[in-house]
Amino acid sequence: MSDYLLSIVIWLPIAGGVVLLAMGDDNDSVSARANAMRWAALGISVLTFVLSIGLYTGFDTTTANMQFVERAPWIDAIDVWYYLGVDGLSAPLILLTTFITPLVVIAGWDVIKARPAQYFAAFLILEGLMNGVFSALDGLLFYVFWEAMLVPMFLIIGVWGGKRRVYATLKFFLYTFLGSVLMLVAFIYLYRMTGSFDMAGWVEVPLSLAAQKLIFIAFLLAFAIKVPMWPVHTWLPDAHVEAPTGGSVILAAILLKMGGYGFVRFSLPMVPDGSHYFAGMMIALSLIAVVYIGFVALVQKDMKKLIAYSSIAHMGFVTLGFFIVWHMSGESGAVLGVSGGMVQMVSHGLISGAMFLCVGVLYDRVHSRQISDYGGVANTMPVFAAFMVLFAMANAGLPGTSGFVGEFMVIIASFKANPWFAFFAATTLVLGAAYTLWMIKRVVYGEVANDNVAALQDLNSREFVVLGILAIAVLLVGLWPAPLIDMMNVTIEHLVEQAGQTKF
Amino acid sequence: MDLMSFISAAPEMVLLGLICVVLVADLFVENDRRNLTFWMTLASLGITLWVLLATAPDGRTELFSGSYVSDGLSQVLKISVTGFVAIAFMYARDYLRANDLHKGEFYILGLFGLLGMMIMISANSLLTMYLGLETLALSQYALVAFDRNNETSAESAMKYFVLGAIASGALLYGISWVYGVTGSIQFNEIAAAITRDPALNSLPLWFGIAFIIVGIAFKFGAVPFHMWLPDVYHGARSPVTLYIASAPKIAAFALTIRILVDALGDLHEVWSGMIMVIAVLSLLLGNIVAIAQTNIKRMLAYSTIAHVGFILLAIFCGTEEGYAAAMFYTLTYVVAAAGAFGMVIVLSRRGFEAEALADFKGLNARSPWFALMMMFLMMSMAGIPPFIGFFGKLNAISAVLGSGYTGLAVLMMLASVPGLYYYLKVVWYMYFEEPEDLSVLQANTDTRLVMSLNGVAVLALGIVPGWLWALCLTVLGGQ
Repeated sequence: MSDYLLSIVIWLPIAGGVVLLAMGDDNDSVSARANAMRWAALGISVLTFVLSIGLYTGFDTTTANMQFVERAPWIDAIDVWYYLGVDGLSAPLILLTTFITPLVVIAGWDVIKARPAQYFAAFLILEGLMNGVFSALDGLLFYVFWEAMLVPMFLIIGVWGGKRRVYATLKFFLYTFLGSVLMLVAFIYLYRMTGSFDMAGWVEVPLSLAAQKLIFIAFLLAFAIKVPMWPVHTWLPDAHVEAPTGGSVILAAILLKMGGYGFVRFSLPMVPDGSHYFAGMMIALSLIAVVYIGFVALVQKDMKKLIAYSSIAHMGFVTLGFFIVWHMSGESGAVLGVSGGMVQMVSHGLISGAMFLCVGVLYDRVHSRQISDYGGVANTMPVFAAFMVLFAMANAGLPGTSGFVGEFMVIIASFKANPWFAFFAATTLVLGAAYTLWMIKRVVYGEVANDNVAALQDLNSREFVVLGILAIAVLLVGLWPAPLIDMMNVTIEHLVEQAGQTKF
Repeated sequence: MDLMSFISAAPEMVLLGLICVVLVADLFVENDRRNLTFWMTLASLGITLWVLLATAPDGRTELFSGSYVSDGLSQVLKISVTGFVAIAFMYARDYLRANDLHKGEFYILGLFGLLGMMIMISANSLLTMYLGLETLALSQYALVAFDRNNETSAESAMKYFVLGAIASGALLYGISWVYGVTGSIQFNEIAAAITRDPALNSLPLWFGIAFIIVGIAFKFGAVPFHMWLPDVYHGARSPVTLYIASAPKIAAFALTIRILVDALGDLHEVWSGMIMVIAVLSLLLGNIVAIAQTNIKRMLAYSTIAHVGFILLAIFCGTEEGYAAAMFYTLTYVVAAAGAFGMVIVLSRRGFEAEALADFKGLNARSPWFALMMMFLMMSMAGIPPFIGFFGKLNAISAVLGSGYTGLAVLMMLASVPGLYYYLKVVWYMYFEEPEDLSVLQANTDTRLVMSLNGVAVLALGIVPGWLWALCLTVLGGQ
């Protein structure tokens, strides 16, 4: 079975989603049928997660080669293969995806009243497509998953979102589509150079510096919008604010990671000289994201917007970690930076997901995301307050939580590269603490602000399970990140080697 | 002369015979038994298809002193147009019955149009081409005016007729110049004459080519000869629009390939510039103007103009790969276009045309299945994978890039971003809005079945697109 494990984690959720769609909704959100849909969705997503653990237990950490490889011809006429495989970069992200999806299903359990079957089907199909993005080794297959993923996300925000959902979701779709159209041109260019869509072949093929620069820019637009990097980040706050809680969680936890994944899977190994050429610019953009967006987050009045901006700032660390590779004298520092970026991606997936779930918990009760509508929540919801403070600490990078590990690794690496990089990167420790804890102070602590807060009920068991699982994960990665880093290490060493070579 | 030597023209001859049978038989069919005409029409198409398959040519066969050709390309295109005409009829029947328009003329004109398309596809001389073109065009003019009590239909038919006549005149004028310069109307002889005497490649010939391209652009509906298209699509009754928007595009593709490639292939650098300008303008104007439309038939009309830009840009490359990409794009676009207009028919009912975009509001609440199908069709047109439209775009851009026009490839991709917006708008109306019209869909089972198959087809073709691409490459590479 492990021969087809990747296909299973892609197609099982998609097939489940199709079944849910085929069963359809009735007009009653508490009917036996709607409940059956919820359980079916949960069952499929948990099963997918359980199966995907095989990717961890069966993973060989001593090789940078692709594992769990599947290869079958798809479109012979243009040499496109159904070619899947994972290495240390993609396996953790697939695990993150399969881990987050059941939590999202539980989080949407009785919150989603309208058309639950379609809602859960959209998430399951999305999960399969995201796993496809992370495991595709054929460029065209990658692109198919990458674009197809936009459709369920478009519907999730548009159908179940807030007041300005149509604006937000159109902006999301058009923005990301605009980014990826040029990536397709770059893919076709590489296809014409190598005669195939095999991504390993694209790494090997020699390219002139001029071509590499253009390809890098084409990739940059696609990945930078997805990450998102300053200044192409403006779709994210809108999408996050308007999306339903589950949509925000998936968006923050996984969709953003695709941009980072794209950089390490495509830009760095395929156009190393182009990446080197633009590395300075990338570092500058990353630092702007860290510092400037940190300040922007500080002044937000809407909790979801604040977390959205904090996501952008945290993702700045990821790109910073990736692009300081060329400023290192020794290889170990470069590996540290890239590993830091990767750990930060996984960690941010957990933390931002948890933060959005916390806001969702409050929103479900009060129907407001404004910070000013809250105050003294700890008095009425002590258990919830404990969780929220924990995740806020993790968001601020407190040692012992997963947020600390990635940021610390990147800061150390950037110190080796240039102390000034480290100086600006480290401001996040101050800024991150400031915007997160200030929000916590205003929302969680203090006197009970109004009747709404006074009437709050603490977490129900469903919410407790979701937040509890995430809290364990955040602490686990924070206290004992070794398994995660071991999983990625050899692959990243190999990647740094590839990035250091010239390809002319 | 042996009768068997005409065998490769058998499909047209059989079709003509069957049309006459249907025409005469229809005279004796009572109004309330018009279904008989429908089934006879479908049977005629079935027989034609069978004859097509039975007389499949092994290679290239010329007939009637070289003015008719039968080859792999003609075979594939004829099968496609026959199929799409059949689909158009199947979509049409319920609609026509519900609107008291179920008359034999619709089918007969449609069949004559098909005959014209088949002649165009197999034309090997300028006059055969013109003959087929006019057979098709006259049927179309009459079809648009088919609902004769409807003022809009009559107006758009008049517009179509006048503009179409001018375009035909331009084409004929161009043909006469080409004939005058090369001394031949037969495509391969024109090509041979140009190879023999390079001095022919001069201003008089270019003048003729320019007029021929006007004719081609008009038939495709490319800018700046696109004015008729939105009005005709809008004015014609939906089944007629579906008919016009589907199979004739394939015939227009055949027209372009036969004239520009078979006859004037060596003059690629003469005509490619004109084609490029027309294509780029179509791409930009179609995509931008479509954004502002509130009528879905007009919106799809402008989107057609944009898609024609893609098709023409693939032809512009002048490589076999480019021609194959254009053919792939045309065939797959027509599948999606037929479905999109089919959806307008499905949503319409007696006395009500569901042609405003707003009529799609809340379709997901009324019928999740058809909303899903329409989403598939829209995503396919927008070029989102895994739907078939994506592979059409992929092949076209790959061909353009392969010919070294990187800037043009980037432009093609960027132009599809505003394109995405108006397709998403349909999805937005269907999924994000509440329905204003709560009536139950009235379409019959067979219309629903065709619609469902059509919607699933854009997904299924997108999952296995390889065979179609290989087929396009074979028929266009092998000549």
